[in-house]
Amino acid sequence: MSDRLMPQSERAPSWIRRNRQAMAPFLFLLPGVLFFLFYVIFPVIQSFNLSFYRWDGLGEPVYVGLENYTELMDDRAFEVSLWNNFKWLFLYLLAIPAGLAIALFLNQNVIGIRLYKSLFFFPFVISQVVVGLVFSWFYDPSFGLLNQILGFFGFGTLNVLGDPTLVTYGIIAAGLWPQTAYCMILYLTGLNAVDPEQVEAARLDGAKGLRMLWYVIIPQLRPATFIAFVVTIIGALRSFDLISIMTNGGPFGSSRVLSFYMFEKALSEYGFRMGYGAAIAVVLFLIMLLFIGYFLWSMYQEEKGGR
Amino acid sequence: MNLLKGTVAGLAMTVGLAASAQAAELSGTLKIFSDMSNPAPRAVIEQLAADFDALHPDLTVELTVIDREAYKTQIRNFLTANAPDVANWYAANRMRPYVSAGLFEDVSDLWQEPEIAENLASTKGAMTLDGQQWGVPYTYYQWGVYYREDIYKELGLEEPKDWEGFKSNCQKILDSGRKCFTIGSKFLWTAGGWFDYLNMRTNGYDFHMALTNGEIPWTDDRVRATFAHWRELIDMGAFIDNHQSYSWQEALPFMVNGEAAAYLMGNFAVAPLREAGLTDEQLDFYQFPAINPDVELAEDAPTDTFHIPSGAQNKEAAREFLRYVVSADVQTDINGGDKLGQLPVNSASSVDDDEMLNQGFEMLSSNSPGGIAQFFDRDAPAEMASVAMEGFQEFMVFPDNLDDILNRLEKTRQRAY
Repeated sequence: MSDRLMPQSERAPSWIRRNRQAMAPFLFLLPGVLFFLFYVIFPVIQSFNLSFYRWDGLGEPVYVGLENYTELMDDRAFEVSLWNNFKWLFLYLLAIPAGLAIALFLNQNVIGIRLYKSLFFFPFVISQVVVGLVFSWFYDPSFGLLNQILGFFGFGTLNVLGDPTLVTYGIIAAGLWPQTAYCMILYLTGLNAVDPEQVEAARLDGAKGLRMLWYVIIPQLRPATFIAFVVTIIGALRSFDLISIMTNGGPFGSSRVLSFYMFEKALSEYGFRMGYGAAIAVVLFLIMLLFIGYFLWSMYQEEKGGR
Repeated sequence: MNLLKGTVAGLAMTVGLAASAQAAELSGTLKIFSDMSNPAPRAVIEQLAADFDALHPDLTVELTVIDREAYKTQIRNFLTANAPDVANWYAANRMRPYVSAGLFEDVSDLWQEPEIAENLASTKGAMTLDGQQWGVPYTYYQWGVYYREDIYKELGLEEPKDWEGFKSNCQKILDSGRKCFTIGSKFLWTAGGWFDYLNMRTNGYDFHMALTNGEIPWTDDRVRATFAHWRELIDMGAFIDNHQSYSWQEALPFMVNGEAAAYLMGNFAVAPLREAGLTDEQLDFYQFPAINPDVELAEDAPTDTFHIPSGAQNKEAAREFLRYVVSADVQTDINGGDKLGQLPVNSASSVDDDEMLNQGFEMLSSNSPGGIAQFFDRDAPAEMASVAMEGFQEFMVFPDNLDDILNRLEKTRQRAY
């Protein structure tokens, strides 16, 4: 009642006053939006723009139109990197079922289970650089554990990181180690939220084993699966550090992915082709955009369903 | 050690007296950015800065040492944004981006001074681009074949003088169950060393320079001849297996353990080999032998340099520092066996009494009539160098891919120059 009288008591209510309610959310958003514009949107636009230039980072940029992109079209190194990116995207997803399997295995109450859980989580805690080093020793052709084992069973040596056909798989295997641990922890928290009454009811109906898992448990783990999917895709697309540590893109560029190739062309010792690097970055961005679009869409659907 | 420091200070004093006689006393701050981050070079640059500071009481020397690898990318930022007065870099085409962007000061005036013009003549070419000089060298080192003297003696081998001897030696080493050469090509440039030598021995220095300057197509038959020689070694199994997985340091143990008999490398490999336990009786050096008797021998001898950025604040002091660094006594001192352990650039300096340095100095001063190259990745522009060295590595693993590799290099050549 008094609220309604308030505006009348002031002779000329200001525009801000009248629209306070409507303005508030935008004001709260403003700092975030500004940062997002400045640190994300603006650089994206800049990269797009730069990809139409030839620039060594020092002199004047020269506008070359689509030349960088036509060069990408028949650049074999780019093709190899692109394929490797897809291998990473696809095979990295193995971390999700592997993480689920370990989580199910660890989701029990025995003495010391916390210790086991932390041990399984350990690879995610250590730095990717350490993971890379450990695996490059594991693969080492002269003293690595892998070849010791192969030798023990009478197989010849395998130089995983020196073989252009195997190298990417070798690095992905190294990447899966921490990523599986990450998915495992997501599923462990997800399993805590599984409704025991539903499990009970299913059991009364005679469901067990795989049927129980498939029809009762996994549907309830949907949120965890979604997050695991998101972080794994992101992890696969930023698979830079392992490659840099384990092979430096080699042998002869066969383990490069787009992000590494972009770095090499634009920022490494022999690089400084900023425009070309930007063109690679744009392609990488478009691939990411597909996934980002999907994530946003599915989150939007979820929100709608939740209402 | 104290005695040594005393001598150095004494040397510094004399040089300083001579210098201050001609120049007005320097003042202000001299900012030096250096990439001499490994232990021995770091001690050298710190000493240079301290001595130069002591020589000029009104001048404060500020030294920033940056990790050698990180420096290669950082130099772009600090040259444009926050230029020091003196900066390290490399000679030849490696200077090109900064010279064309106008970021290095033209120091041709220094090279007119008789002190420098006469004593540094041998490296003038490496410092010259577009007819001007853009910095001064402070050290260089030879490349060549470092080998296990004891293994050679055991097998009754001599230092080879020609290609046939080179190969027959290698065959005997292979027959004894060892590899002829260790190499770690993970970071590619080591393969560039092999290409440099094989190409300079097959086609000569001038051809090599024309090739790295982009004047000759990579699909040329003469280039193929170089690769054919390389292939002879690869087919023999001369190189260690899996070299694509090792860095140059990781390839050292093969030689230390006697699994490989030799290493084509720069003189910087000697220190770690000695530290790993090889004695002077076990380690020796020979010049890469002639392949084509009609071409003159030429060598790789990469030169490290000092430059004045064009944005420097205290160019007068910077010029004086450059004069100081290349002066004969300082050159003798910093290149000594207990310091950098390399070759002085000043011909009036003396070379430290070290088996390898003496041989290297002898080789470069009297047995390299063809010329002195910098190194593949310094002679060729960056883009060409990276693609080419990747091709060399691929060739060493899959020699059958040669046609494909050469076509790729040729495509890069047509774009890069």
